[in-house]
Amino acid sequence: MAYSEKLIDHYENPRNIGSLDKNSEDVGTGLVGAPACGDVMKLQIRVGADGLIEDAKFKTFGCGSAIASSSLVTEWVKGKTIDEAESIKNTDIARHLALPPVKIHCSVLAEDAIKAAIADYRAKTARKDETAE
Amino acid sequence: MRAPAYLDHNATSPLRPAVLDAMVEALCAGGNPSAVHGVGRKARSLVDAARRRVAELAFCLPGDVVFTSGGTEANNLALRGAGRRRVLASAVEHDSVGKASPEAEIIRVDGEGVVDLEALERLLLQPGEPALVCVMLANNETGVVQPVGEVVRLARRAGALVHCDAVQAAGKLGVDVHGLGVDYLSLSAHKLGGPTGVGALVVCNGAPFVSDRRGGGQEANRRAGTENVAGIVGFGAAATAARSGLPVAPLRDRLEAALRSIAPGARVFGGGARRLGNTSCISMPGVKAETQVMALDLAGVCVSAGAACSSGKVQRSAVLDAMGIEPAEAATAIRVSLGWNSESGDIDRLIAAWRDLYIRAGKSDIDDARAA
Amino acid sequence: MSVLSQIRRNDQPIYLDYQATTPMDPRVLEAMMPYFTHKFGNPHSRSHSYGWESEEGVEKARAQVAKLIGADDKEVIFTSGATESNNLAIRGVAEFYQDRKNHIVTTLTEHKCVLDTCRHLEQHGFEVTYLPVQKNGLIDLDALRAAVTDKTVVVSVMAVNNEIGVIQPLAEIGKICREKKTFFHTDAAQAAGKIALDVEAMNIDLLSISGHKIYGPKGIGALYVRRKPRVRLVPLIVGGGQERGFRSGTLPAPLCVGLGEAAEIAMNEMETEAKRLTRLQARMLKGLQDRLSEIYVNGDLEHRIPGNLNISFAYVEGESLMMGIKNLAVSSGSACTSASLEPSYVLRALGVEEELAHTSLRIGLGRFTTEHEVDTAVDELVRHVEKLRAMSPLWEMAQEGIDIKSIEWAAH
Repeated sequence: MAYSEKLIDHYENPRNIGSLDKNSEDVGTGLVGAPACGDVMKLQIRVGADGLIEDAKFKTFGCGSAIASSSLVTEWVKGKTIDEAESIKNTDIARHLALPPVKIHCSVLAEDAIKAAIADYRAKTARKDETAE
Repeated sequence: MRAPAYLDHNATSPLRPAVLDAMVEALCAGGNPSAVHGVGRKARSLVDAARRRVAELAFCLPGDVVFTSGGTEANNLALRGAGRRRVLASAVEHDSVGKASPEAEIIRVDGEGVVDLEALERLLLQPGEPALVCVMLANNETGVVQPVGEVVRLARRAGALVHCDAVQAAGKLGVDVHGLGVDYLSLSAHKLGGPTGVGALVVCNGAPFVSDRRGGGQEANRRAGTENVAGIVGFGAAATAARSGLPVAPLRDRLEAALRSIAPGARVFGGGARRLGNTSCISMPGVKAETQVMALDLAGVCVSAGAACSSGKVQRSAVLDAMGIEPAEAATAIRVSLGWNSESGDIDRLIAAWRDLYIRAGKSDIDDARAA
Repeated sequence: MSVLSQIRRNDQPIYLDYQATTPMDPRVLEAMMPYFTHKFGNPHSRSHSYGWESEEGVEKARAQVAKLIGADDKEVIFTSGATESNNLAIRGVAEFYQDRKNHIVTTLTEHKCVLDTCRHLEQHGFEVTYLPVQKNGLIDLDALRAAVTDKTVVVSVMAVNNEIGVIQPLAEIGKICREKKTFFHTDAAQAAGKIALDVEAMNIDLLSISGHKIYGPKGIGALYVRRKPRVRLVPLIVGGGQERGFRSGTLPAPLCVGLGEAAEIAMNEMETEAKRLTRLQARMLKGLQDRLSEIYVNGDLEHRIPGNLNISFAYVEGESLMMGIKNLAVSSGSACTSASLEPSYVLRALGVEEELAHTSLRIGLGRFTTEHEVDTAVDELVRHVEKLRAMSPLWEMAQEGIDIKSIEWAAH
């Protein structure tokens, strides 16, 4: 089990740890995984008025690969539109970090986390639109 | 006192110096190869490197090598792992094959100790379930080399699997698992100048295999138990050293010629067959093997009588029996086996001590005969 | 001796995984060396002095091992390790007596090789009772008494657990087995040399020992097989009939000598070493408890070998913690099962909740552990637990007062 340098770098110097205000209108929050399975990821995005993701934060309970996967996707989604962010595939994450086969599920979880955050954001904006009408 | 001339390499070979160096390093490094931390991973990498070295010796894939505690366990593992109820075994197999399959049908050997291929063919033609055929590559007592390639050809036609005990042959003959075409092949480290307590069973890709030892799933679920890391490392180092072969046949031939010129009645068992270059099973007419072994030991020469491997008991040799040798003659046979550190001087000492004994014993024998 | 200078531990991580394997004691290696070099004979060669001196070494080692457990020399046979000893003891005895008896009693927290052997026997017509353990990891003696029937051939209960270090009540178990006329096997791989063992006083019929868990070499172990009353076994490895026919194969003399020496050293130093380790264990636990909240020791602290701590660091996943503490060699869950990282079945048997089981580390202290190493380890653990808690969403929720169990987690 030799880990790639990129993976170790993300584990040792994780980017964008922290939390955004989950009650804020422009923040989408994804919480995926389960403590009993040994992985929980919380990933949050803040979307600007121009539709671009201007900030992303994460917190992860899980192995080094799970931490690195979530750290990596927060870097990737920043500056992207939500449609672009939604197109990130777990295989891209796994390839970039050279995840060993037993750790592929970590990249799947990271993909799920972005999708969940985006879905949360979309649900909020939809509610906002409804109330505006 | 001068160190004895050690000519009992088929029982065990002293460690090669390079092997000891590699082992001491591994012993000091420690670590359980199943542990995930750095110390464990280092131990794992040592085991993997040794596995490649053993695979190179046997011309097989590293993944085919299952490390065991020795040749006996490897033979037991093959017989159980193959999962065949019907077993055909040559009459000269090591006890670890015979005892592990007490109901095996015996393939007879000829007077030189070579398996009778026609007899094998007849056994294979009998109706019944597909068998496992066990024929060793070279015999531990006589050094006789078996026609394993032919055995495989016959076995294949009958849908039988083949196990080959190469414990004595490895390092003395080229052992090419794929060239031979066998399904299972047993190896032992301490016969190659490696440590005791480690061996391997090569399970060729695709050969059926049911694990017998239950536990932590080591050796790809084929043999549980924490790996004997230092032993395996030593095995690897010995395997690499053994790849250059054992060019001692000229010494052995000189020995046999000398002994037969001393005692024209001395008989080399299996002498008419293809043999390992390091082994001589030879009789001293009229002198019991125990007497020879003791006298030679006092003269500083170590050899063995009959199948000394069988927990030290000097008993009638099943191998010579199977070759049709009269018990009285078989009881006069000693086994001389050379190894990686054997020198011309060792042979000279054996010849001199053997000659002394022959002269002395020859007299007493005559006296005994008169007295009787 | 020059080889001893090779045993350096300065540039290596701090080794805290003494239940996985122990480093070899230099004195053991020293005792073994002659048998690698000039005393290299096959101990079964009776025809020359090389064989004899090698045999002498093996027999001395047998006596050393026997003494450690209060047995007679003749009752000790050498094997390739505790896995083989356990396989041989349980399978051997079950197969020998299978005409009369067909039931085995063991526990849920045994080593994998005992459990797998029992599973194998279940497939071959045996019935196996897997006794649960109490929350502290110890078996309930009444449950054992109730489980043993007149069909029970053997009760196999480990002396000391490899993950949580708890000591089972061997003397009481032995008494029950003797009363009920069934054999008592104990896997003492983690116990030998650490706690006093006496096969007579404890009524033990079969006992497994491992070389590399007591500062001896890997690839060697022993099985004690009682002679009076006689325990009979079907051998697993047959051939030349060595080791009273119980275990064929050329004995590795250097390894036997190493095991013997390791046994003698362990016996001589057991008392002082236990005191020293008890102090270190307490120091480590206090160091962690003083600086970290929400950490939990798994398994009984009282009935436990002093060289083990198994701790759950709540809200921090164990594997990520291991990746962080690079300078410490510890294990998460059961490292013995070939690098698999599933949550430990031992912790599950104790009733440790899965989310907590994922946060546990096994810390093993031993003969070469120093006070300084313990302090360094505490610092390193505290630093990384704090760092990982800071990035743990579960810790965040706990701080906010959210009950993690109230959340509906998606299973995956």
